[in-house]
Amino acid sequence: MMRVAIVGIGIHPFGRTEGVSGRAQGAFAARAALADAGLRWQDIQFAFGGSYSAGDADSLVSDLGLTGAPFMNVANGCATGGSALNAARNAILSGQHDLGMVIGFDKHPRGAFNTDPASLGIGDWYGETGLMLTTQFFALKIQRYRELHGISTQALAAVAEKALANGALNENAWRREPHSRQSILDSAMVNYPLTQYMFCSPGEGAVALVLARGDSAHRYPATPVFIEAAVMRTRRYGSFEVFSPCLSPQAAPGPTAEAAAATFEAAGLGPRDIDVAQVQDTESGAEIMHMAETGLCKDGEQEHLVLSGATRIGGAMPVNTDGGCLANGEPIGASGLRQVYENVLQLRGQAGPRQVPGEPKTGFTQVYGSPGVSACTIVTR
Amino acid sequence: MTAATGTRLVDPALFTSGADVRLRGSTCSDCTATTFPAGSSCPRCGSEAMTAVTLPGTGTIWSFTVQHFEPKPPYRADGEFAAYGVGYVDLGPVIVETRLTETDPGRLHIGDQVALRLVPAFTDPDGTQVLTFAFGPGAGEGDR
Repeated sequence: MMRVAIVGIGIHPFGRTEGVSGRAQGAFAARAALADAGLRWQDIQFAFGGSYSAGDADSLVSDLGLTGAPFMNVANGCATGGSALNAARNAILSGQHDLGMVIGFDKHPRGAFNTDPASLGIGDWYGETGLMLTTQFFALKIQRYRELHGISTQALAAVAEKALANGALNENAWRREPHSRQSILDSAMVNYPLTQYMFCSPGEGAVALVLARGDSAHRYPATPVFIEAAVMRTRRYGSFEVFSPCLSPQAAPGPTAEAAAATFEAAGLGPRDIDVAQVQDTESGAEIMHMAETGLCKDGEQEHLVLSGATRIGGAMPVNTDGGCLANGEPIGASGLRQVYENVLQLRGQAGPRQVPGEPKTGFTQVYGSPGVSACTIVTR
Repeated sequence: MTAATGTRLVDPALFTSGADVRLRGSTCSDCTATTFPAGSSCPRCGSEAMTAVTLPGTGTIWSFTVQHFEPKPPYRADGEFAAYGVGYVDLGPVIVETRLTETDPGRLHIGDQVALRLVPAFTDPDGTQVLTFAFGPGAGEGDR
Protein backbone atom coordinates (compact mmCIF):
# COMPACT_ATOMS: atom_id res chain seq x y z
CA MET A 1 0.00 0.00 0.00
CA MET A 2 1.16 3.48 -0.84
CA ARG A 3 2.50 5.52 2.07
CA VAL A 4 3.36 9.18 2.47
CA ALA A 5 6.70 10.26 3.89
CA ILE A 6 7.82 13.44 5.60
CA VAL A 7 11.09 14.24 3.82
CA GLY A 8 11.71 17.79 4.98
CA ILE A 9 10.98 19.77 8.14
CA GLY A 10 11.42 23.45 8.99
CA ILE A 11 10.57 25.63 11.95
CA HIS A 12 10.70 29.29 12.90
CA PRO A 13 11.38 29.68 16.64
CA PHE A 14 8.22 29.97 18.72
CA GLY A 15 7.55 32.79 21.16
CA ARG A 16 7.66 36.50 20.42
CA THR A 17 9.72 37.75 17.48
CA GLU A 18 9.30 41.52 17.32
CA GLY A 19 9.34 43.01 13.85
CA VAL A 20 8.84 39.69 12.03
CA SER A 21 5.34 39.07 10.67
CA GLY A 22 3.60 35.72 10.94
CA ARG A 23 3.82 35.40 7.16
CA ALA A 24 7.58 36.00 7.26
CA GLN A 25 7.90 33.30 9.91
CA GLY A 26 5.93 30.98 7.64
CA ALA A 27 8.26 31.71 4.72
CA PHE A 28 11.27 31.10 7.00
CA ALA A 29 9.93 27.68 8.00
CA ALA A 30 9.13 26.82 4.38
CA ARG A 31 12.67 27.63 3.24
CA ALA A 32 14.09 25.59 6.14
CA ALA A 33 11.93 22.59 5.21
CA LEU A 34 12.98 22.86 1.54
CA ALA A 35 16.65 23.03 2.55
CA ASP A 36 16.19 20.01 4.81
CA ALA A 37 14.75 18.05 1.88
CA GLY A 38 17.35 19.34 -0.59
CA LEU A 39 14.62 20.93 -2.70
CA ARG A 40 13.65 24.31 -4.13
CA TRP A 41 10.17 25.84 -3.95
CA GLN A 42 9.95 25.33 -7.70
CA ASP A 43 9.97 21.55 -7.07
CA ILE A 44 6.85 21.68 -4.88
CA GLN A 45 3.71 20.61 -6.77
CA PHE A 46 1.09 21.75 -4.24
CA ALA A 47 0.65 23.13 -0.75
CA PHE A 48 -1.90 23.29 2.05
CA GLY A 49 -1.48 25.85 4.80
CA GLY A 50 -3.17 28.08 7.29
CA SER A 51 -2.99 30.70 9.98
CA TYR A 52 -5.66 31.96 12.36
CA SER A 53 -4.65 35.59 12.68
CA ALA A 54 -1.53 36.22 10.58
CA GLY A 55 -2.87 36.37 7.04
CA ASP A 56 -3.59 34.04 4.15
CA ALA A 57 -1.14 31.16 3.83
CA ASP A 58 -1.39 31.13 0.03
CA SER A 59 0.05 34.65 -0.07
CA LEU A 60 3.42 33.05 0.82
CA VAL A 61 3.87 32.34 -2.89
CA SER A 62 4.77 36.04 -3.23
CA ASP A 63 7.80 35.33 -1.03
CA LEU A 64 8.66 31.80 -2.15
CA GLY A 65 8.10 32.20 -5.88
CA LEU A 66 5.13 32.47 -8.20
CA THR A 67 5.19 28.99 -9.73
CA GLY A 68 1.49 28.51 -10.43
CA ALA A 69 1.28 25.54 -8.06
CA PRO A 70 -2.09 25.05 -6.31
CA PHE A 71 -2.01 26.37 -2.72
CA MET A 72 -5.06 25.72 -0.57
CA ASN A 73 -5.82 27.81 2.52
CA VAL A 74 -7.05 25.83 5.51
CA ALA A 75 -9.01 27.57 8.25
CA ASN A 76 -10.05 25.02 10.85
CA GLY A 77 -9.32 26.66 14.18
CA CYS A 78 -6.96 24.69 16.36
CA ALA A 79 -7.11 21.76 13.93
CA THR A 80 -5.76 23.91 11.06
CA GLY A 81 -2.35 22.22 10.97
CA GLY A 82 -3.81 18.75 11.39
CA SER A 83 -6.41 19.34 8.70
CA ALA A 84 -3.78 20.73 6.30
CA LEU A 85 -1.54 17.72 6.90
CA ASN A 86 -4.46 15.36 6.39
CA ALA A 87 -5.47 17.04 3.14
CA ALA A 88 -1.91 17.06 1.80
CA ARG A 89 -1.42 13.41 2.67
CA ASN A 90 -4.65 12.53 0.90
CA ALA A 91 -3.60 14.50 -2.18
CA ILE A 92 -0.55 12.24 -2.45
CA LEU A 93 -2.37 9.03 -1.52
CA SER A 94 -4.93 9.75 -4.23
CA GLY A 95 -2.17 9.83 -6.82
CA GLN A 96 -2.94 13.44 -7.74
CA HIS A 97 0.49 14.71 -6.67
CA ASP A 98 3.88 13.30 -5.67
CA LEU A 99 5.43 16.10 -3.64
CA GLY A 100 3.87 18.87 -1.57
CA MET A 101 4.19 21.16 1.40
CA VAL A 102 2.17 21.78 4.56
CA ILE A 103 2.64 25.13 6.30
CA GLY A 104 1.22 26.53 9.51
CA PHE A 105 2.11 29.88 11.06
CA ASP A 106 0.61 32.46 13.38
CA LYS A 107 1.17 35.61 15.36
CA HIS A 108 -1.41 36.42 18.03
CA PRO A 109 -1.80 39.54 20.16
CA ARG A 110 -0.83 39.22 23.81
CA GLY A 111 -3.32 37.89 26.33
CA ALA A 112 -6.03 35.26 26.24
CA PHE A 113 -7.80 34.52 22.97
CA ASN A 114 -10.84 36.73 22.53
CA THR A 115 -13.50 34.96 20.51
CA ASP A 116 -16.64 36.63 19.21
CA PRO A 117 -19.68 34.68 20.49
CA ALA A 118 -21.55 35.41 17.25
CA SER A 119 -18.92 33.50 15.25
CA LEU A 120 -20.04 30.37 17.12
CA GLY A 121 -23.77 31.14 17.06
CA ILE A 122 -23.91 32.18 20.73
CA GLY A 123 -25.67 35.36 21.92
CA ASP A 124 -23.86 38.52 23.06
CA TRP A 125 -24.89 37.81 26.67
CA TYR A 126 -22.34 34.98 26.85
CA GLY A 127 -19.40 37.31 26.30
CA GLU A 128 -20.91 40.28 28.16
CA THR A 129 -21.39 38.26 31.35
CA GLY A 130 -17.87 36.84 31.27
CA LEU A 131 -18.43 33.23 30.20
CA MET A 132 -16.62 33.37 26.83
CA LEU A 133 -13.16 32.32 28.05
CA THR A 134 -11.20 29.24 27.01
CA THR A 135 -9.31 29.31 30.32
CA GLN A 136 -12.60 28.84 32.21
CA PHE A 137 -13.44 25.80 30.14
CA PHE A 138 -10.15 24.09 30.88
CA ALA A 139 -10.54 24.79 34.59
CA LEU A 140 -14.12 23.51 34.60
CA LYS A 141 -13.10 20.39 32.68
CA ILE A 142 -10.17 19.48 34.95
CA GLN A 143 -12.22 20.23 38.07
CA ARG A 144 -14.86 17.75 36.95
CA TYR A 145 -12.14 15.27 35.98
CA ARG A 146 -10.36 15.66 39.33
CA GLU A 147 -13.63 14.91 41.13
CA LEU A 148 -14.09 11.69 39.15
CA HIS A 149 -10.49 10.49 38.86
CA GLY A 150 -8.53 12.01 41.75
CA ILE A 151 -5.85 14.18 40.15
CA SER A 152 -3.93 16.34 42.66
CA THR A 153 -2.77 19.92 42.25
CA GLN A 154 0.78 18.52 42.69
CA ALA A 155 0.25 16.50 39.50
CA LEU A 156 -1.00 19.63 37.69
CA ALA A 157 2.14 21.46 38.77
CA ALA A 158 4.36 18.51 37.81
CA VAL A 159 3.08 18.65 34.22
CA ALA A 160 4.12 22.30 33.92
CA GLU A 161 7.43 21.60 35.68
CA LYS A 162 8.22 18.90 33.09
CA ALA A 163 7.14 21.10 30.17
CA LEU A 164 9.38 23.96 31.23
CA ALA A 165 12.30 21.57 31.89
CA ASN A 166 11.89 20.18 28.35
CA GLY A 167 11.53 23.69 26.94
CA ALA A 168 14.87 24.59 28.48
CA LEU A 169 16.40 21.88 26.23
CA ASN A 170 14.69 23.18 23.07
CA GLU A 171 16.39 26.05 21.22
CA ASN A 172 13.15 26.84 19.38
CA ALA A 173 10.97 27.02 22.52
CA TRP A 174 9.56 30.25 23.95
CA ARG A 175 9.83 29.43 27.67
CA ARG A 176 13.36 28.17 28.29
CA GLU A 177 13.65 28.66 32.03
CA PRO A 178 12.90 25.72 34.35
CA HIS A 179 10.55 26.38 37.26
CA SER A 180 10.11 24.42 40.47
CA ARG A 181 6.81 22.77 41.21
CA GLN A 182 6.32 25.13 44.14
CA SER A 183 6.89 28.28 42.07
CA ILE A 184 4.31 26.99 39.57
CA LEU A 185 1.80 26.45 42.38
CA ASP A 186 2.63 29.90 43.80
CA SER A 187 2.19 31.79 40.49
CA ALA A 188 -0.95 33.89 40.02
CA MET A 189 -4.26 32.00 40.06
CA VAL A 190 -5.90 32.30 36.63
CA ASN A 191 -8.93 30.03 36.90
CA TYR A 192 -8.96 27.86 40.01
CA PRO A 193 -7.22 25.35 40.28
CA LEU A 194 -5.01 26.44 37.37
CA THR A 195 -2.23 28.99 37.91
CA GLN A 196 -0.43 31.21 35.43
CA TYR A 197 2.48 28.81 34.80
CA MET A 198 0.07 25.93 34.22
CA PHE A 199 -1.28 27.74 31.12
CA CYS A 200 0.23 28.26 27.71
CA SER A 201 -0.11 31.67 26.06
CA PRO A 202 -1.10 32.61 22.53
CA GLY A 203 2.18 33.24 20.72
CA GLU A 204 4.00 33.15 17.40
CA GLY A 205 5.78 30.59 15.31
CA ALA A 206 5.75 28.58 12.11
CA VAL A 207 6.34 25.02 10.93
CA ALA A 208 6.55 23.58 7.43
CA LEU A 209 6.74 19.96 6.32
CA VAL A 210 7.60 18.53 2.90
CA LEU A 211 5.56 15.44 2.04
CA ALA A 212 6.43 12.92 -0.68
CA ARG A 213 5.26 9.57 -2.02
CA GLY A 214 6.67 6.90 0.27
CA ASP A 215 8.29 5.01 -2.60
CA SER A 216 10.38 8.08 -3.42
CA ALA A 217 11.43 8.82 0.16
CA HIS A 218 14.91 7.30 -0.30
CA ARG A 219 15.79 10.10 -2.74
CA TYR A 220 15.91 12.68 0.04
CA PRO A 221 18.83 13.25 2.41
CA ALA A 222 17.15 12.69 5.81
CA THR A 223 15.86 9.46 7.35
CA PRO A 224 12.30 9.27 6.02
CA VAL A 225 9.46 9.26 8.53
CA PHE A 226 6.14 7.87 7.35
CA ILE A 227 2.66 9.16 8.19
CA GLU A 228 0.81 5.94 9.02
CA ALA A 229 -2.44 7.68 9.89
CA ALA A 230 -3.90 11.18 10.26
CA VAL A 231 -7.49 11.66 11.43
CA MET A 232 -9.53 14.73 12.38
CA ARG A 233 -12.86 14.65 14.23
CA THR A 234 -15.43 17.15 15.48
CA ARG A 235 -17.51 16.81 18.64
CA ARG A 236 -20.50 14.58 19.18
CA TYR A 237 -23.60 15.36 21.21
CA GLY A 238 -22.80 14.83 24.87
CA SER A 239 -19.11 15.67 24.85
CA PHE A 240 -17.84 18.49 27.08
CA GLU A 241 -16.40 21.21 24.87
CA VAL A 242 -15.23 24.78 25.08
CA PHE A 243 -17.89 27.53 24.77
CA SER A 244 -20.85 25.32 25.74
CA PRO A 245 -23.70 27.24 27.41
CA CYS A 246 -25.16 23.82 28.24
CA LEU A 247 -24.11 20.19 28.40
CA SER A 248 -26.07 16.98 28.07
CA PRO A 249 -26.45 14.80 31.16
CA GLN A 250 -25.74 11.87 28.83
CA ALA A 251 -21.95 12.09 28.48
CA ALA A 252 -20.22 11.03 25.27
CA PRO A 253 -16.52 10.68 24.48
CA GLY A 254 -14.85 13.84 23.18
CA PRO A 255 -13.47 14.30 19.65
CA THR A 256 -9.99 13.41 20.91
CA ALA A 257 -11.08 9.93 21.99
CA GLU A 258 -12.68 9.33 18.61
CA ALA A 259 -9.84 10.78 16.55
CA ALA A 260 -7.23 8.85 18.53
CA ALA A 261 -9.06 5.53 18.29
CA ALA A 262 -9.53 5.98 14.54
CA THR A 263 -5.86 6.92 14.14
CA PHE A 264 -4.64 3.82 15.98
CA GLU A 265 -7.01 1.62 13.99
CA ALA A 266 -5.91 3.07 10.66
CA ALA A 267 -2.23 2.62 11.59
CA GLY A 268 -2.76 -0.92 12.88
CA LEU A 269 -1.03 0.07 16.11
CA GLY A 270 -2.07 0.48 19.72
CA PRO A 271 -1.17 3.01 22.40
CA ARG A 272 1.42 0.61 23.85
CA ASP A 273 3.31 0.67 20.55
CA ILE A 274 3.98 4.43 20.83
CA ASP A 275 7.55 5.44 21.80
CA VAL A 276 7.01 9.23 22.02
CA ALA A 277 3.80 11.29 22.22
CA GLN A 278 2.91 14.96 21.83
CA VAL A 279 -0.54 15.87 23.16
CA GLN A 280 -2.43 19.15 23.45
CA ASP A 281 -1.38 20.83 26.71
CA THR A 282 -3.17 24.16 26.56
CA GLU A 283 -2.81 23.87 30.31
CA SER A 284 -1.58 21.18 32.69
CA GLY A 285 -4.96 19.54 33.07
CA ALA A 286 -5.37 19.16 29.31
CA GLU A 287 -2.22 17.04 29.07
CA ILE A 288 -3.48 14.83 31.90
CA MET A 289 -6.96 14.40 30.42
CA HIS A 290 -5.68 13.91 26.88
CA MET A 291 -3.28 11.16 28.00
CA ALA A 292 -6.35 9.11 28.91
CA GLU A 293 -8.59 10.28 26.07
CA THR A 294 -5.98 9.19 23.54
CA GLY A 295 -5.67 5.77 25.20
CA LEU A 296 -2.06 6.25 26.29
CA CYS A 297 -3.21 5.42 29.85
CA LYS A 298 -6.41 4.83 31.80
CA ASP A 299 -8.35 7.52 33.67
CA GLY A 300 -6.66 8.21 36.98
CA GLU A 301 -3.34 6.54 36.11
CA GLN A 302 -1.90 9.94 35.21
CA GLU A 303 -1.39 10.85 38.85
CA HIS A 304 1.25 8.15 39.29
CA LEU A 305 2.67 8.45 35.75
CA VAL A 306 3.24 12.19 36.06
CA LEU A 307 4.54 12.23 39.63
CA SER A 308 6.83 9.22 39.06
CA GLY A 309 8.50 10.86 36.05
CA ALA A 310 7.21 8.30 33.52
CA THR A 311 6.21 11.10 31.14
CA ARG A 312 9.65 12.76 31.25
CA ILE A 313 12.10 12.32 28.38
CA GLY A 314 13.85 9.37 30.02
CA GLY A 315 10.61 7.81 31.28
CA ALA A 316 8.55 4.90 30.01
CA MET A 317 6.03 7.18 28.24
CA PRO A 318 7.67 10.45 27.14
CA VAL A 319 5.01 13.14 26.57
CA ASN A 320 5.55 16.60 25.07
CA THR A 321 9.31 16.25 24.71
CA ASP A 322 9.71 19.71 23.14
CA GLY A 323 7.95 21.40 26.06
CA GLY A 324 4.51 21.30 24.42
CA CYS A 325 2.27 24.34 24.25
CA LEU A 326 3.26 25.21 27.83
CA ALA A 327 6.84 25.96 26.77
CA ASN A 328 6.21 26.88 23.12
CA GLY A 329 3.04 28.92 23.36
CA GLU A 330 0.15 28.41 21.00
CA PRO A 331 0.30 29.94 17.55
CA ILE A 332 -2.90 28.22 16.41
CA GLY A 333 -1.94 27.59 12.78
CA ALA A 334 1.46 26.15 13.67
CA SER A 335 0.75 24.26 16.88
CA GLY A 336 -0.38 20.92 15.48
CA LEU A 337 2.50 20.83 12.99
CA ARG A 338 5.02 21.61 15.76
CA GLN A 339 4.01 18.32 17.37
CA VAL A 340 4.69 16.42 14.14
CA TYR A 341 7.97 18.30 13.64
CA GLU A 342 9.10 17.17 17.12
CA ASN A 343 8.20 13.54 16.44
CA VAL A 344 10.11 13.58 13.15
CA LEU A 345 13.17 14.97 14.96
CA GLN A 346 12.84 12.28 17.64
CA LEU A 347 12.45 9.47 15.10
CA ARG A 348 15.42 10.74 13.09
CA GLY A 349 17.49 10.82 16.30
CA GLN A 350 18.13 14.55 15.81
CA ALA A 351 16.50 15.91 18.99
CA GLY A 352 19.83 16.70 20.65
CA PRO A 353 19.73 17.24 24.41
CA ARG A 354 16.07 16.22 24.55
CA GLN A 355 16.47 13.07 22.46
CA VAL A 356 14.32 10.21 23.76
CA PRO A 357 16.71 7.30 24.44
CA GLY A 358 16.31 3.89 22.80
CA GLU A 359 15.93 5.04 19.17
CA PRO A 360 12.17 5.67 19.12
CA LYS A 361 10.40 4.24 16.08
CA THR A 362 6.81 5.45 16.57
CA GLY A 363 5.39 8.86 17.38
CA PHE A 364 1.84 10.01 18.20
CA THR A 365 0.36 13.53 18.10
CA GLN A 366 -2.96 14.96 19.23
CA VAL A 367 -4.11 18.56 18.86
CA TYR A 368 -7.38 19.83 20.36
CA GLY A 369 -9.20 23.10 20.30
CA SER A 370 -12.24 25.27 19.83
CA PRO A 371 -15.08 24.57 19.24
CA GLY A 372 -14.48 20.88 19.89
CA VAL A 373 -12.10 19.59 17.22
CA SER A 374 -9.23 17.15 17.47
CA ALA A 375 -6.66 15.82 15.02
CA CYS A 376 -4.22 12.96 15.62
CA THR A 377 -1.31 11.45 13.70
CA ILE A 378 0.95 8.44 13.98
CA VAL A 379 4.38 8.51 12.34
CA THR A 380 6.92 5.70 12.10
CA ARG A 381 10.35 5.10 10.63
CA MET B 1 -38.42 37.03 41.22
CA THR B 2 -38.89 39.89 38.78
CA ALA B 3 -36.68 42.57 37.27
CA ALA B 4 -37.36 45.86 39.08
CA THR B 5 -37.89 49.26 37.45
CA GLY B 6 -34.64 50.70 36.07
CA THR B 7 -33.35 47.25 35.32
CA ARG B 8 -33.36 44.93 32.34
CA LEU B 9 -32.41 41.31 31.70
CA VAL B 10 -29.15 40.81 29.80
CA ASP B 11 -31.07 38.87 27.12
CA PRO B 12 -34.82 38.31 27.57
CA ALA B 13 -34.63 35.18 25.41
CA LEU B 14 -32.76 33.41 28.21
CA PHE B 15 -35.65 33.75 30.63
CA THR B 16 -39.30 32.85 30.94
CA SER B 17 -41.71 35.75 31.02
CA GLY B 18 -44.00 36.32 33.96
CA ALA B 19 -43.59 37.10 37.62
CA ASP B 20 -41.46 34.09 38.53
CA VAL B 21 -38.41 34.33 36.30
CA ARG B 22 -36.80 31.02 35.37
CA LEU B 23 -34.33 29.98 32.69
CA ARG B 24 -35.95 29.21 29.36
CA GLY B 25 -34.66 26.20 27.44
CA SER B 26 -36.01 24.03 24.68
CA THR B 27 -36.75 20.33 24.35
CA CYS B 28 -36.71 18.30 21.17
CA SER B 29 -40.07 16.74 20.41
CA ASP B 30 -38.35 13.92 18.52
CA CYS B 31 -35.53 12.83 20.84
CA THR B 32 -36.24 14.71 24.13
CA ALA B 33 -32.80 16.39 24.27
CA THR B 34 -32.95 19.65 26.21
CA THR B 35 -30.87 22.74 25.47
CA PHE B 36 -30.16 26.09 27.04
CA PRO B 37 -30.66 28.70 25.68
CA ALA B 38 -33.73 27.70 23.68
CA GLY B 39 -32.70 26.76 20.14
CA SER B 40 -34.42 26.26 16.81
CA SER B 41 -32.82 22.90 16.07
CA CYS B 42 -31.71 19.94 18.12
CA PRO B 43 -27.95 19.47 18.55
CA ARG B 44 -28.46 15.75 19.05
CA CYS B 45 -30.69 14.70 16.16
CA GLY B 46 -30.99 17.81 13.98
CA SER B 47 -34.77 18.00 14.34
CA GLU B 48 -36.41 21.42 14.09
CA ALA B 49 -39.32 20.38 16.35
CA MET B 50 -38.08 22.27 19.41
CA THR B 51 -40.48 23.36 22.14
CA ALA B 52 -39.72 26.00 24.76
CA VAL B 53 -39.49 24.67 28.31
CA THR B 54 -39.08 26.24 31.74
CA LEU B 55 -35.98 24.83 33.39
CA PRO B 56 -35.89 23.90 37.10
CA GLY B 57 -34.83 26.70 39.45
CA THR B 58 -32.58 24.49 41.56
CA GLY B 59 -29.85 21.99 40.85
CA THR B 60 -26.43 20.75 41.94
CA ILE B 61 -22.95 22.02 41.10
CA TRP B 62 -21.47 19.79 38.37
CA SER B 63 -18.17 21.64 38.09
CA PHE B 64 -16.82 25.04 39.14
CA THR B 65 -13.99 27.51 38.83
CA VAL B 66 -13.36 31.14 39.70
CA GLN B 67 -12.57 33.85 37.13
CA HIS B 68 -9.56 35.53 38.70
CA PHE B 69 -8.58 37.93 35.87
CA GLU B 70 -10.63 40.54 34.05
CA PRO B 71 -11.80 39.31 30.64
CA LYS B 72 -11.41 41.49 27.55
CA PRO B 73 -14.49 43.05 25.91
CA PRO B 74 -17.22 42.14 25.05
CA TYR B 75 -17.14 41.42 28.82
CA ARG B 76 -18.90 44.29 30.60
CA ALA B 77 -18.73 45.18 34.29
CA ASP B 78 -18.97 48.22 36.54
CA GLY B 79 -15.91 49.69 38.23
CA GLU B 80 -12.92 47.73 39.41
CA PHE B 81 -12.81 44.06 38.45
CA ALA B 82 -13.91 41.59 41.10
CA ALA B 83 -13.40 37.83 40.74
CA TYR B 84 -16.56 35.84 40.06
CA GLY B 85 -17.51 32.19 40.25
CA VAL B 86 -18.36 30.16 37.15
CA GLY B 87 -19.76 26.68 37.03
CA TYR B 88 -21.98 24.12 35.43
CA VAL B 89 -25.16 23.34 37.34
CA ASP B 90 -27.01 20.08 36.77
CA LEU B 91 -30.69 20.95 36.51
CA GLY B 92 -31.79 17.42 35.60
CA PRO B 93 -32.75 17.56 31.91
CA VAL B 94 -29.71 19.72 31.09
CA ILE B 95 -26.46 20.98 32.65
CA VAL B 96 -26.25 24.79 32.38
CA GLU B 97 -23.14 27.00 32.42
CA THR B 98 -23.65 29.90 34.81
CA ARG B 99 -22.17 32.52 37.04
CA LEU B 100 -21.91 31.38 40.67
CA THR B 101 -22.47 33.85 43.49
CA GLU B 102 -19.70 32.22 45.58
CA THR B 103 -16.17 33.37 44.69
CA ASP B 104 -14.16 31.35 47.24
CA PRO B 105 -13.21 27.97 45.70
CA GLY B 106 -12.82 26.58 49.21
CA ARG B 107 -16.56 27.04 49.71
CA LEU B 108 -17.57 25.45 46.40
CA HIS B 109 -18.07 21.69 46.10
CA ILE B 110 -19.30 19.51 43.28
CA GLY B 111 -22.70 18.16 44.30
CA ASP B 112 -23.70 21.20 46.38
CA GLN B 113 -27.35 22.28 46.10
CA VAL B 114 -27.77 25.68 44.43
CA ALA B 115 -30.67 27.85 43.31
CA LEU B 116 -31.27 30.38 40.55
CA ARG B 117 -31.13 34.11 41.25
CA LEU B 118 -30.77 37.31 39.27
CA VAL B 119 -27.59 39.31 39.90
CA PRO B 120 -26.35 42.66 38.57
CA ALA B 121 -23.89 42.18 35.69
CA PHE B 122 -23.22 45.75 34.52
CA THR B 123 -24.91 49.11 34.03
CA ASP B 124 -25.96 50.55 30.68
CA PRO B 125 -24.84 54.12 29.75
CA ASP B 126 -28.38 55.35 30.54
CA GLY B 127 -28.15 54.01 34.11
CA THR B 128 -30.21 50.88 33.55
CA GLN B 129 -28.91 48.04 35.68
CA VAL B 130 -28.48 44.87 33.63
CA LEU B 131 -29.26 41.58 35.36
CA THR B 132 -28.03 38.12 34.52
CA PHE B 133 -28.60 34.68 35.98
CA ALA B 134 -26.44 33.08 38.61
CA PHE B 135 -26.69 30.18 41.02
CA GLY B 136 -26.01 30.39 44.71
CA PRO B 137 -26.45 28.35 47.88
CA GLY B 138 -29.84 27.41 49.28
CA ALA B 139 -33.36 27.06 48.00
CA GLY B 140 -33.33 30.67 46.77
CA GLU B 141 -36.00 32.86 45.31
CA GLY B 142 -36.38 30.52 42.35
CA ASP B 143 -38.18 28.02 44.57
CA ARG B 144 -40.40 30.50 46.33
